[in-house]
Formats: sequence, C-alpha cells, structure tokens
Amino acid sequence: MPILQPLGNLTLRFLEIIGRLSVFAGTAISHCFRPPFYPKLILKQMIEVGYYSLPVVGLTAIFTGMVLALQSYTGFARFSAESAIPNVVIVSITRELGPVLAGLMVAGRVGAAMAAEIGTMRVTEQIDALYTLATNPFKYLIAPRVIAGVLTLPLLVLVADTIGVFGGYLVSVHKLGFNPATYIKNTLDFMENLDVISGLVKAAVFGFLITLMGCYHGFHSRGGAQGVGAATTNAVVSASILILISNYIITELFFSI
Amino acid sequence: MSNRTNTAGKDIRIKIRGLTKAFGPKVILNDLDLDVYAGESLVVIGGSGTGKSVLLKCMLGLLRPDAGSIEINGQEIVGLGSDDMEQVRRKFGMLFQYAALFDSLSILDNVAFGLTQAHGVPKKEAHRIALEKLSAVGLGERFASKFPAELSGGMKKRVGLARAIATTPETLFFDEPTTGLDPVMGDVIDQLIVKSVKELGATGLTITHDMDSAKRISDRIAMLYDGKITWVGPTNELEKTDNPYVHQFINGLLDGPIKISFANSDRAAG
Repeated sequence: MPILQPLGNLTLRFLEIIGRLSVFAGTAISHCFRPPFYPKLILKQMIEVGYYSLPVVGLTAIFTGMVLALQSYTGFARFSAESAIPNVVIVSITRELGPVLAGLMVAGRVGAAMAAEIGTMRVTEQIDALYTLATNPFKYLIAPRVIAGVLTLPLLVLVADTIGVFGGYLVSVHKLGFNPATYIKNTLDFMENLDVISGLVKAAVFGFLITLMGCYHGFHSRGGAQGVGAATTNAVVSASILILISNYIITELFFSI
Repeated sequence: MSNRTNTAGKDIRIKIRGLTKAFGPKVILNDLDLDVYAGESLVVIGGSGTGKSVLLKCMLGLLRPDAGSIEINGQEIVGLGSDDMEQVRRKFGMLFQYAALFDSLSILDNVAFGLTQAHGVPKKEAHRIALEKLSAVGLGERFASKFPAELSGGMKKRVGLARAIATTPETLFFDEPTTGLDPVMGDVIDQLIVKSVKELGATGLTITHDMDSAKRISDRIAMLYDGKITWVGPTNELEKTDNPYVHQFINGLLDGPIKISFANSDRAAG
C-alpha cells in the first residue's frame, strides 16, 4: 500500500495538470477567434517574438549550417560523397534544425519573458485588476501572445532556414573549395516544397506551444518572486520538451508514409 | 447573534447568504451572511487571515465559493459565466491593496483603461475623463505621462483610486486602502474615498484592519471572525457594543475570545 499510494497521487497530480492545461489551452484558443481583437497588442507581441529574436536565431542558424557542412564533409569524404553536402544541408536545415533550434531559442527568450511578465502581473494583482476592469485577461494578455507566436515563428524559421543554408554555403565554398554556382544550383535542385512546408508547420506549432507555456505558467504562478522564478523555469523547460515531442509527431505525420 | 440595525426600506445592493469557502481542509468563510445597502459605506474589519480578502474576491467573482449565494442588485453572481460576470463587473470599481497598476501603461492609460477597454469610450474622451479623475485625487497633468514605477506608494494608491472611479461605478471595493501608507497619507486616501463614494452616489465596501481608517470612512461596520460576521452595526455603536470580539479587536487586547495561535511563536519571537 505505501508503495502504491504515492504512485496513485503522482498519477492524479499529473492528470490534474493535463486537465488544467487542456482547459487553459481551449480557453486561450477560443479567445483567439472571438472579438474583441487587439491588433496593436498582437503587433507589439509579434515584434517582441519575431524581430527581437532575429539576432539570436540568426546566430544559431548560421553556425548550425556551418558546422553541418563541416561535419558532413569529414564524414562523407571517406566515401567520396562530398557532393551530397548541399543536399544534406538543405534537407536538415529546412526539415529539422531550422524549426527546432529556432523554437528552442525562442522558448528560452520569449517563453521565459512571457512567464515572468504575466507571473509578475499575477502576484501583484494586476490580473485581478484586469478582471475588475471588465477586461478578460485571456483576451487582453494571452490571445495576442498566442496569435503572435503562431504567426511569427514560421517567418522566423524562414529566415533561420535561409541563414542556415547560407552558413553551409560559406563553409563549403570558402573552406572546402566547392564551386559557388554549383553549390547554389545543387541546393535549389534538392530543395523540396514539402521539406520547407513541414518546417513551417512545425514552427507554427512550436510558436503556439512556447507562448501557451509562457502564459500558462505565468498565469498560475503563486507566491511572489520565488513563484515567478519557478514559473519562468517551468515555462522554458516544458516548452522545450513539448517542442521536441511534437517535432517527432509532426515529422512522423509528414514523412512516415 | 448578529446585532442588525433596522435598515428596512433601503435597497440591498449586495446580499450574501450562507457563503462558504474552504481551501483544502481549512475553512475560511463558514456560512456567512451580509447585506450591503445601496449608497452606504460598509467596512468589514477583522484580523489578518480571517478571510476578508477571500470575502472580497468572492464578491468580485475572482474566487468561486463552495456554497452560498451572492446577489448583486438582485442578480445571483455565484456560478455566473465569464461573459455575464464581465457585465456585472462593468459596474464595479476596485482599489487594490498595492494599487495593482499596469506597469506597462502610463498613468493616464491606466486611469482610462476601464473606459476604453470595457466601456468603448473613444481614447480622446477617455483621456479627458482620466485627467479629470486624476485631478480629483490631487494629481496634476504632469503625472499623466509617468509610469507606475516612478510613483511613490501613496501616489500609486491615488492613481488606483482614480482608475477605480473613472467608470463611475455603482459599487466601489477597497482592499486595505491605508496599508503601507504614513498616517497623513492614510488620512488623505480616506478622505478621497469618502468624497468619491459620496460624489458618485456609489455603494462602498472596504476591508481593513486599520480601525482609525474604518471609523473615518464607514457608515456601518461589520466584524468578520471565524468565517462569520460576528457583529454588524452603525459606526457610532461600535464602541458601545458588548460583543466581546469587537471589544477585544477595537481595543487591541490580548485577553478575550479571539485566540491567536502561538504554535510557531518560538521562531517568530526569537
């Protein structure tokens, strides 16, 4: 009995969290489609999520593309398959590395910031104040962030894809001695619409998950500075884990057939 | 038990019956009854942790009671959906303990928030009203473009008050309006509260443990103890009542029926 009881409690707690999260997500989504809308707030969040993430996502993408080309070369040279590098780079970046790395970086940047901001609003009663001013926080705080995340992440990933492929090009041409024209031609030849599209779908899903986790943990934070700190950590960790899990699921849906 | 005064003929603005709220095994409000009449200023007093804030949050619809009923203007608000509750809250104004100003917005936008967001007042008009309300609480135009972080506690409270009255609400709620303020500023806030409630013809409900403040702003006082209203009556009868809880509380006595648990006092006192 003493062994089973904690196990049962743990399961119940887990199910409770899943339930609360589902209700939260459902409410958030429903408010994304019901007026009033706040275009100004959405735009502000899009700038926050997209524009200000460009440097960190760009840096991540370019070095990933560069190291990808370099590593592929050291591996493929053994089989004299160096010419496959443009292929490897474009497929890896557009399908996986672009969306996943951009998603993880944005989760660290934006998810944490959202959890901290909304968490602070919660512990300083600003969320209660919104309610008493007859303004639904789901509409005013959460929906604009979720909409911005879903719309902006694909754009961010497009940029990351481009920069990542360019990183591969830089190393291949300037270090590994590829012909620039051939490299670009091969890259374009190997580029598939489905690869890019699957990456963008992933990005939209990641954008949803990041903003949802940031808002959820912020919204439910308790107990002052410590609670806000915990909310921030939880937002980043849970968003990152969900990104990796959903990445596998989406990949399976797109490419397993 | 409760020493109700005869207020027959007055409209009841808020009618609470059998209100019960527990957090886990800890029962905070236990079958509580309270009436707040239209146009009066009622102050609920009680020690820390007696559930004053929980009572207030139940009335605002921020907490869902476990049992009981809260009627506002005859409309039951317990179990109301979020959209309907929003309609009820349009007629509320609330001053939070630490003002709870939106720190991403300027003072002017904070005061105008309810008007522009919930009442659909055009921004220009809302700003005009907001400036008016700011000057009513003694803050000039030069404060309008500042942000909450730049203000002192007393100023934040005044901005919070201006925000609460900006939409000319029917009912005003005040959560510990003088906590954290020096006595002079506390007096100023009290006077502003009295003035605002009278000018708007609103009903005021305040929770506090500051007795001086309670006497200054109330028409009637209710004492919350052990999850129930143990005494309610006009302010001038407060001193005369033989209710032992009230007697102990307003005189700050250690001896009496209110028992403070000292179970963990070794560390606290150490």
